[in-house]
Amino acid sequence: MMALELIALWLAAWAGNAWLAKQRFAGVRYIVPALFGVTVLVIWQLAVQSFAISPAILPPPSAIFARAMGSLPVLWGDFVQTFLRGALSGYLIGCMAAVIVAVLIDRSAFLQAGLLPIGNFAAALPIVGVAPIMVMWFGFDWQSKAAVVVIMVFFPMLVNTMAGLRASEAMQRDLMATYSAGYWTSLLKLRLPAAMPFMFNGLKICSTLAPIGAIVAEFFGSPTQGMGFRINAEIGRTGLDMIWATIAVAALAGSGFYGLVALIEKRVTFWHPSQRG
Amino acid sequence: MRRFLPVLSVLLALVLVWYGAAVKLNAQWEYDQAARAGAAAPEFGQLVALTMAQKSPVLPAPHQVVVGLWQGLTGQAITSKRSLVYHAWVTLSGTLAGFGIGTGLGVLLAAAIVHNRAMDMSVMPWAIASQMVPIVALAPMLAVVMNALGASGAMTKAVISAYLSFFPVVVGMVKGLRSPEVSQLDLLTTYAANKAQVFWKLRLPASMPYFFASLKVGIAAALVGAIVAELNQPVGLGARLLQGSYYSQTVQIWAALFVAASMAAVLVALMARVETRVLLRMGMSR
Repeated sequence: MMALELIALWLAAWAGNAWLAKQRFAGVRYIVPALFGVTVLVIWQLAVQSFAISPAILPPPSAIFARAMGSLPVLWGDFVQTFLRGALSGYLIGCMAAVIVAVLIDRSAFLQAGLLPIGNFAAALPIVGVAPIMVMWFGFDWQSKAAVVVIMVFFPMLVNTMAGLRASEAMQRDLMATYSAGYWTSLLKLRLPAAMPFMFNGLKICSTLAPIGAIVAEFFGSPTQGMGFRINAEIGRTGLDMIWATIAVAALAGSGFYGLVALIEKRVTFWHPSQRG
Repeated sequence: MRRFLPVLSVLLALVLVWYGAAVKLNAQWEYDQAARAGAAAPEFGQLVALTMAQKSPVLPAPHQVVVGLWQGLTGQAITSKRSLVYHAWVTLSGTLAGFGIGTGLGVLLAAAIVHNRAMDMSVMPWAIASQMVPIVALAPMLAVVMNALGASGAMTKAVISAYLSFFPVVVGMVKGLRSPEVSQLDLLTTYAANKAQVFWKLRLPASMPYFFASLKVGIAAALVGAIVAELNQPVGLGARLLQGSYYSQTVQIWAALFVAASMAAVLVALMARVETRVLLRMGMSR
């Protein structure tokens, strides 16, 4: 009986969404997906309750929320350990190293021809596999996680920066030459700014890779703190509500990080066609 | 040859750096050994020879990895639990199964999103948002839940792989199915084509470049998913990685890593090959 009611509720909510989607007013772009998300949560909650699903398989959203609110200090500690120490420091080091290498090899066509295929190749590899090696070298703490993230973000960033440095047009470079601008002047005033859309593309890709690297690296060994550690530890005692809470934090942090990079991109590359309109 | 010369020299430099690093990283252990035996610290030439032949070095030298790989691949029957071929096959089958499921569902959802405005507005923002979320974190939990539900290890792996390859395919295919220009859609309207005809004759063919782009991303993601899923399982490349890290079998880790890397490279290259062939036949190659 309950199943029928749930299906009816789903259909009703869907009909409401379908009707809303036909309306044209400001904000409908946000209301429809929000309503969809809320519907999923409500159905989830009701289904878990009415079918008495074991919390070891699927805890209801209310329990997850209560658990998250009740263990905020733990979640915050995990967030700092994995996200700020592991992912963010690795992200900054890796991206900066990639930009520096890209600028250095930019002057040598030979090195470019050699590194670009290798970079493209390495960007597709399952780099998370180096995690056990890094844990062995740099210990259990955040340094090994940062090292995994450095390797993970280096090649996508390198490839994008190299593409970006070639993005300025011959006409523009000629203009710089008529101003008798040297290598550094034209690099700083023309080529790096022209490379910004490409570099931000790389930065955005890397912002999604960095948390993945940090979390997976923790599966191979970590101090008693961190999101990956929490997930693994709670699996052992079937604390699925805590795992879901950790995943919610990871989702929030991940999209927040991406949003921040996208926001900076908007401010820096306001001149680019993709940012207008 | 002109194209390969730069690549080869960069690779050669990498191998040399690797040998140098192996000597430097493994030296400490030899010094400690010598100090413990009360002997003098080994000469440089001796040191190099010793650091190349440790049983579980901090960084195995390239030739040690090659030997480990060779033994793993050919040292025993390929059905043996010690064979890398066996583990690679376990990983590959999980990856391909998951990739197939994820791609199929992704294309279906993309078709629904393109044809239904309510679907588009409700689901699409979530599909895009899911790309910014470290979904890999879900993998261990999915593994436990599916285990509790009585699913086999292979099925769990396939589901996780499918899940990881699903979203890139959805996002890419929605872009691709929307890529026909207004004038092309208008032309089909003047032919009185119905929605199904527009889909099969215009939208689907036009989406092929996007389809293959997302396939290449999707198969790499599926492989990562399979490896992470295997961290909780007894067999597969992911299991080899974890066991190697538990028992400090560095050569085993590196060998598994190289197999995983070459598998990713072959899979992506295969996709690229199919892509060029298909796009060439369709007259869409640039």
